[in-house]
Amino acid sequence: MVTQKITIEPVTRIEGHAKVTINMTAEGKVDHAYFHVNEFRGFEKFCEGRMVFEMPSITPRICGICPVSHHLASAKTGDIVMGSPPPRTATLLRDLMHMGQIIQSHGMHFFELAGPDLILGFDADPAIRNVVGLIQADAGLALKAVALRKYGQEIIAKVGGRKIHPTFAVPGGVNRALSSQTRDEILKNIDEMIAITQAGLAIFKDWAAKNKEDIDKFAVFKTGYLGLVTPENGLELYQGDIRLVGQDGKELEKFDSNNYLDYIAEHVEDWSYLKFPYYKKMGYPGGVYRVGPLGRLNAVDHIDTPLAQEEFETYRAINDGQPIENTLHYHYARLIETLFAIERVKVLLDDPDILGRDILNTRQNFKGEGVGVIEAPRGTLLHHYKVKENGQVEKVNLIVSTGHNNWAMSEAVDSVAKTYITGPEVHEGLLNRVEAAIRAHDPCLSCSTHAVGQMPMIIDVLDQDGNLIKEIKRD
Amino acid sequence: MAKPTVASDWLGGCAGCHMSILDIDERIVQVVELVDLRATPITDLKEPDKAGVTVGILEGGITNTYNEEVAKRMRDRCQILVALGDCAVFGGIPAMRNFFTIEDALKRAYVDTPSTDDSGKIPSNPELAKMTIVRPVHEIVKVDVFVPGCPPDADIIFYVLAELAQGRIPKLENNNLMWN
Repeated sequence: MVTQKITIEPVTRIEGHAKVTINMTAEGKVDHAYFHVNEFRGFEKFCEGRMVFEMPSITPRICGICPVSHHLASAKTGDIVMGSPPPRTATLLRDLMHMGQIIQSHGMHFFELAGPDLILGFDADPAIRNVVGLIQADAGLALKAVALRKYGQEIIAKVGGRKIHPTFAVPGGVNRALSSQTRDEILKNIDEMIAITQAGLAIFKDWAAKNKEDIDKFAVFKTGYLGLVTPENGLELYQGDIRLVGQDGKELEKFDSNNYLDYIAEHVEDWSYLKFPYYKKMGYPGGVYRVGPLGRLNAVDHIDTPLAQEEFETYRAINDGQPIENTLHYHYARLIETLFAIERVKVLLDDPDILGRDILNTRQNFKGEGVGVIEAPRGTLLHHYKVKENGQVEKVNLIVSTGHNNWAMSEAVDSVAKTYITGPEVHEGLLNRVEAAIRAHDPCLSCSTHAVGQMPMIIDVLDQDGNLIKEIKRD
Repeated sequence: MAKPTVASDWLGGCAGCHMSILDIDERIVQVVELVDLRATPITDLKEPDKAGVTVGILEGGITNTYNEEVAKRMRDRCQILVALGDCAVFGGIPAMRNFFTIEDALKRAYVDTPSTDDSGKIPSNPELAKMTIVRPVHEIVKVDVFVPGCPPDADIIFYVLAELAQGRIPKLENNNLMWN
């Protein structure tokens, strides 16, 4: 019987607005914890009537943390709609910009958002448990973190003109070529960035060794896993087929994004503005899956760059080659992907075609409908447009990275609340762990509710009639 | 003299303005020397101090009832309120929603989209905020400093923060006034 409700609002060190409500029984046990996403903007409606070539400028405003992902997913959808496949140079340049995005977003998440929990501690004073506290605790490390994020942001700016909301990709290609001077500028910091990421890996592995018990009881559960793959099932973040594997890591499906409606459907719950995607053939919630770093590394067989592959082998050995189910290993997977993205920058820049001048395909074979896909930092991102012959967008559907993880985040919140909150006395550090369950997924709630969004966190304690007894917010 | 205190929050925006704050990069060390950073989305204090802060910064427009509450709370608790970025200053891209009814926008997202299954319905749980027409912050509360841009450039944000930290009201003109 639910007798009290705890509310955490807002959830901090995540993007967007969410709150958590935890219903407690008379015995002070957790009955159920809910993760509410409290935000909706309405992009799927208000893009109707806009021109398809405007979409790569409008849709990045869904999210300022991963604007490049929306920018590129939108341009890729435009490629299909207009029947204008981009020249190879344009594809390489888009991929390069995307790696900048992965580096800055993952780097920021590990050091600046999750880092305070791992480096300062879940139970550290909330007044200092943040990036400022990190600067005060270890200025050298904090400056390295700043340098890593800056490196990613500068790749985006060097390729696309500005760090946030660049205008670069257009249906059929991109609008500017790369100079050899810019290529060399980006190349010269590769080794330093690899070293910073390896320092992050060392911090995580040291933390993981000391906190194994927590890692093994903190939101560990089975789901499917989904992500883009290369033709050989290697890690791929820019283009490829979508691969879905089951709880055992075996392939269930591999499909082209344009057929996504045959495989993915979305469930709606009344208590959240964020929908719950699932694998259609297994239904909801049986067919839920995870995306993002942990989901991707479970959905691939290998990584094509050497340092990331070496780390990937160590990582997958944790569970004897079976999928990694521990929510806290999102952090580990995120760092391995950062390493991959930096190595991939070098691979792309070493390709002589990256300096090519053929960057835009102006021929068109109008199709009128298309589904673009990309692996955004937080997971698989789908843009689906239906366009009239005059170029006006008629219908838009968006399935955004964080959305795919909605069920998992809800499950993680419920699981961590039940594991750690075992009596009526709930101290702040426990609530921070509940938030950390969400934070590990690095959700981007503005993204996921391109609809309309907020994700604050409150714990309300209710009596059995649903009356509020107390509300816990940290302030 | 105590350092000036700064709190920030995001409303109906995309977090891009806060990312542009982070784009001041290593200059964040200087900012932290000049001001005391209180409740922000990237720190763990949940709301601006009841005792008040010197500077309050809001990103994003007002898109729902919760945004209204947060904007009013920030206004009540800060001496100088900064509207950061095009959404806070003008309503921005999300204000394109005003060309449609709120019901149509919600119905498209939660019922009509082709991937939504039979469970489709507009969420109406009392825990959730209610959508409103999209407005700039100054239509709800008085704003003291307007910083447009989508997002404002990190150099401009650093200038604004540095001026406020030293007790001056920043002048957004000439090269510091950016429209995009």
